[in-house]
Amino acid sequence: MTERAPVHLSADSEEMEISFGPQHPATHGVLRVMVKIDGERIVETKPVIGYLHRGTEKIFERETYNGCIPHTDRMDYTAAATNNQGLVGAVEKMMGITIPPRAAYIRMMLAELQRIASHTIWLGTHALDIGAQSPFFYTFEEREKILDLYEEYCGARLTLNAMRVGGQPFDLPSGWTDRCRAFIDQLPAKIADWERLLTKNRIWKLRTVGIGVMSGADAIEWGLTGPPLRGSGVKWDVRKVFPYDHYEEMEFDIPIGTNGDTYDRYLVRMEEMRQSVRIVRQCLDRLPDGPVMAKVPKVIKPPKGEVYFSVEGPKGELGYYVVSDGTDKPYRLHVRPACFINLQALPELVRGHLVADLIAVIGTLDIVLGEIDR
Amino acid sequence: MTTPWMTYLLIPLIKIVVILVVLILLAAYLSWFERRILAFMQIRIGPNRVWPKGWLQAIADALKLFSKEDVIPARAEKLVFLLGPVLATAPALIVFSVIPFGPSDLLRLTDVNIGILFILGVASVGIYGIILGGWASNNKFSLMGGLRSAAQLISYEVPMGFAVVTVVLMANSLSLVKIVEAQKAQHVWFAFPGWLAIPGLIAFFIYFICGVAETNRNPFDLPEAESELVAGFHTEYSGMKFAFYFLAEYANMVVIASIATVLFLGGWLRPFPNVAALAFLDVIPPIVWFFAKVAVFLFVYIWFRGTFPRYRFDQLMALGWKVFIPVSLINLMAVGLGILLLGGPR
Repeated sequence: MTERAPVHLSADSEEMEISFGPQHPATHGVLRVMVKIDGERIVETKPVIGYLHRGTEKIFERETYNGCIPHTDRMDYTAAATNNQGLVGAVEKMMGITIPPRAAYIRMMLAELQRIASHTIWLGTHALDIGAQSPFFYTFEEREKILDLYEEYCGARLTLNAMRVGGQPFDLPSGWTDRCRAFIDQLPAKIADWERLLTKNRIWKLRTVGIGVMSGADAIEWGLTGPPLRGSGVKWDVRKVFPYDHYEEMEFDIPIGTNGDTYDRYLVRMEEMRQSVRIVRQCLDRLPDGPVMAKVPKVIKPPKGEVYFSVEGPKGELGYYVVSDGTDKPYRLHVRPACFINLQALPELVRGHLVADLIAVIGTLDIVLGEIDR
Repeated sequence: MTTPWMTYLLIPLIKIVVILVVLILLAAYLSWFERRILAFMQIRIGPNRVWPKGWLQAIADALKLFSKEDVIPARAEKLVFLLGPVLATAPALIVFSVIPFGPSDLLRLTDVNIGILFILGVASVGIYGIILGGWASNNKFSLMGGLRSAAQLISYEVPMGFAVVTVVLMANSLSLVKIVEAQKAQHVWFAFPGWLAIPGLIAFFIYFICGVAETNRNPFDLPEAESELVAGFHTEYSGMKFAFYFLAEYANMVVIASIATVLFLGGWLRPFPNVAALAFLDVIPPIVWFFAKVAVFLFVYIWFRGTFPRYRFDQLMALGWKVFIPVSLINLMAVGLGILLLGGPR
């Protein structure tokens, strides 16, 4: 008879340590959370990361600038377009390239569609974690349509590699704008459908209102960006404060929450999808003609120096810090990942909550391990 | 012609075999229906491959589970680990011995005069299967799943019992057959009985919600909450032992639906047994009515699963203790008082 391992339940202590993940169904990939619980109440949490580390930043150093772009696809693999956008933007800033307006508009459309696609994954999995199965399938249906649009544009659905330093590699295929418009036109009704399942649902509110609360000041202290920051009531969006591409020409609102809880972050993201629809529609309406690629040298060699450039990704601020030594490869390329920094707040957000809330909070932070570990 | 041997051994044995086979098939096919219905709700297709049109999927699943390697974790408490699935499944099947499917003696195994008591007692044993299975697995997730379900089942057994007692007061009997016959005599279903309409409906509603909780179904599926506890108490179970837990869950769904049908929806009676104009509905045999009502219940179960998020553990307990128990208790007293003052529906 083999010895029974102690289940860490002794008379004087009710605390038990559980390892959630890295292969747990609700940790969104390979996040591992060491949780110390007292009954069902969380005493302490410690995220353990690194299971998806691929040394992306080191790989950057041996690639040409355009060669780095496919590697950015694989960081936040649910938002390849915005990852591309950040890197090419940084290199263009460094070299002082102004991309043609048509290219900028195409970039904005791809990025906003990506934001919608990323938020659909978030909503589906978040709802699934909280026990509502069906939204997952409804949101994935819409995401598929976005991926179809991507496939038509650049041939890839997930790892797009859809931008280049100096503009866009391809013009839009004929008929793409019509299909994109058709998709955009039907989407708000679908978003309303999803909201009908959840927004006023009693159980959904019980599970999300007042869970994982963070004040605006705390959120800034923790360095949160994106929906977690805006959910806490801080009006901060890179697209507005440091506009890139042509976002300054676009009309859109920044939704913010009031309580900084999981429910507010949910509402913020739902509204962001609608705002993204607005932006894509404006892009389609005003899409200028012209070339999609600026005149850039065959070999991209930024001048010696360093630059930081960030975009508003679906998860938060995605920044690229590029150090160039004047050669065709970056000397150092550091990424400021949104998910990694948002995840830091996890122990703070779940302290004192129940185990079930841990899952809700992991869902509401909308992390992608590919970006956390890189 | 009828020897004691036949009356007391042969016929009951045949009935037992028939009921068991039907129930197990029903539970197996319920899983298939669930997958199909959920799939249609979720813009998917669901299992449609196993010939013909996926109808044999349930059988194929059973065969697959039979042929799986039977894993017992090295550090599990072996005997208890083996006992778990048995303790979970057997009560669900035993309950069916007292459920009347139709008016004739042929359509039930037996009519016990304390049928309801028997059901409540036997069904409670099922908890042991879950908590022992969860504990014996020697896995923290299983343990938490087992503890959760023990707390949940015990809390929800109480309001459920009160709801059932309401019916007992109305029918003045503990025998399931008598209860259906009382509904026939009073020309009503107990969910909508004459002057007792509101308490009857409340009792019905509470019974049904507690039934969902008792069977660990969404939105009360905490013991096996996948996103939190992996698979809850049956995380470590595989192959046939998992199949038994699975069978127990679905058999319990059928049990809860059958009891609800008998107690509240007039068992095998047609709708509106008091309206003579609907007498033509009697063409449909009683057993069909019975199973049609059960099917409606089961559909609602699946519908729940397609719609609701999951309660949190403390919210679930609060709902049970702070809402259902007081409401069902007051409801029960109101019915008792009503019967005392107004004269019950005898």
